[in-house]
Amino acid sequence: MRVFGLNGRIIRALLGSQYATMLEYRAEIALWALSGLLPFIMLSLWSGSAARADLGLDGAALDRYFLSAFLVRQFSVVWVVYAFEEDALLGRLSPYLLQPLHPLWRYVAAHLGEQLTRLPFAVAIAAAFFVIQPQAFWIPSIGDVLLAWAATWMAFAIAFLLQSLIAALCFWSEKASALERLLFIPFLFLSGLLAPLTAFPPATRHAVQWTPFPYLIDFPARLLAGESVNLAAGFGAQLAWVLLLLPVVLWLWRAGVRRYSAMGA
Amino acid sequence: MVITAEGLSKTYRVADKQPGFVGTLQHFLRRRTRDVSAVQDVSFAIAPGEMVGFLGANGAGKTTTLKMLCGLIHPSAGRVSVAGHQPQRRHPDFLRRITLVMGQKQQLLWDLPPLDSLRVNAAVYGIPDGVASRRIRELADLLELGAELTRPVRKLSLGQRMKAELLAALLHEPQVLFLDEPTLGLDVNAQSRVRQFLADYNRRTGATVLLTSHYMADITALCPRVLLIHQGQLFHDGPLNRLVSRLAPERLVRLELEQPVPAEAFAGLGQLDSLETCAVNLRVAPDQLTTVVAQLLDRFDVRDLEISDPPVDQLIGALFHQGRL
Repeated sequence: MRVFGLNGRIIRALLGSQYATMLEYRAEIALWALSGLLPFIMLSLWSGSAARADLGLDGAALDRYFLSAFLVRQFSVVWVVYAFEEDALLGRLSPYLLQPLHPLWRYVAAHLGEQLTRLPFAVAIAAAFFVIQPQAFWIPSIGDVLLAWAATWMAFAIAFLLQSLIAALCFWSEKASALERLLFIPFLFLSGLLAPLTAFPPATRHAVQWTPFPYLIDFPARLLAGESVNLAAGFGAQLAWVLLLLPVVLWLWRAGVRRYSAMGA
Repeated sequence: MVITAEGLSKTYRVADKQPGFVGTLQHFLRRRTRDVSAVQDVSFAIAPGEMVGFLGANGAGKTTTLKMLCGLIHPSAGRVSVAGHQPQRRHPDFLRRITLVMGQKQQLLWDLPPLDSLRVNAAVYGIPDGVASRRIRELADLLELGAELTRPVRKLSLGQRMKAELLAALLHEPQVLFLDEPTLGLDVNAQSRVRQFLADYNRRTGATVLLTSHYMADITALCPRVLLIHQGQLFHDGPLNRLVSRLAPERLVRLELEQPVPAEAFAGLGQLDSLETCAVNLRVAPDQLTTVVAQLLDRFDVRDLEISDPPVDQLIGALFHQGRL
């Protein structure tokens, strides 16, 4: 029996093949993991800043927040728009559209395969961080880890759906990825990657809560770092964004496929 | 009928941009588009198990038609039915009954051996492991694939890759095969093996095949019936030999004479194509053939005489080249 077009065998086959593919690119993925060091750079900036006191995170809490932000980012990076755009332009999408499986599942599997490949590099970078900043070392509780893991998955789902929405625009514009770059700016500033959301003035912070961005980094990172968060509000907002984006993505995809003219195929 | 197309048409809207900087500025400020009619009012029907060749010059509308038949493109007008389905709905049951192989486009995962992609396909099409293994073995035997299945796709030659692509496209035993240039870029031996495989597959499974190819040898070897499309319109639907007589109503008479004869001697004996010392090539209308041959044998010392149809690939090649229909 299939649920959303999937069953256990398809999931195993897709994940297995995508993980094997990503292992072929392990050196590149290690570099990608290293390129995600932005939270550590921000940590060093904030650590030496007088404004640090305004963040509401004292001592090791700030170190742990940025380390958590790094880890959350590692497992919620999404690049579906670029992969999709290339596949559409080169005509590789056509065979996928002719199989009884929604093509987006292949991209989901590719991302999960990449995350699995990234895991040892992310762990190694975290271990190196503790060697450099031993005062930041902590072992989060199992409960925090599970909640943060769930929140990171939800963050990945939101990011994936947001990018899939833009990717579906490739059916209309062959260079829809330019839109993704526009989205990257608010993501960078409002997600909590550059600074915890507590750094913003209350009015801005309140407004940002109505966007998907704080639930992509800030909320799961705070969970992992052991900070107090409103669980119901955080997970509720994540679920709401997933439920809001999913039908829009599916509708846009269907409309796009109708328009599809197999570019380059 | 397993494939029916009635009044099938497709019109694309394409950007119309003049070259150069001024053209770029104009295009940026006021984008102009024009409608291009790729396929116009095409109708045909194909019975189960038929192997049909789809001929046409580049840009004639072959690939567009194939894509409409397999559901990748929605027709602008007309009706199409394949295996009892409307292709553009891409119903899972329809997708399990068809396959599309497009020359150089690949569905195999580039960095992994073909077997990994086949394992994914088996899962996606719900083929039980045992059945999938048996089919892979059988198809690999027919395609003469062995160790190649466990080598990364990127390390395979073009011919090996094409055969592995065919295997992947046929693993679910589709009833209808749409093949767009399946032998493109292959050497003569590989082309011949793929041709033999397709003929065997059709015999074994009774699958319907619609095949486009620029190699006439593919068409003559596999397809008793051909569709010829020109500038989006169907020009011919029927046996290949009828297409040949339609394109070139004359027969080719090749003579080898005992001694040279001047060109004037062949006046009234058909159209003289070439004359090189004792070798003569004439084109003769079929209804005058017996009379002309009798006169040739009567007038000249003939060492050898051969009557044939003009080579089909030359005919169609010239047709595409000159665009004369």
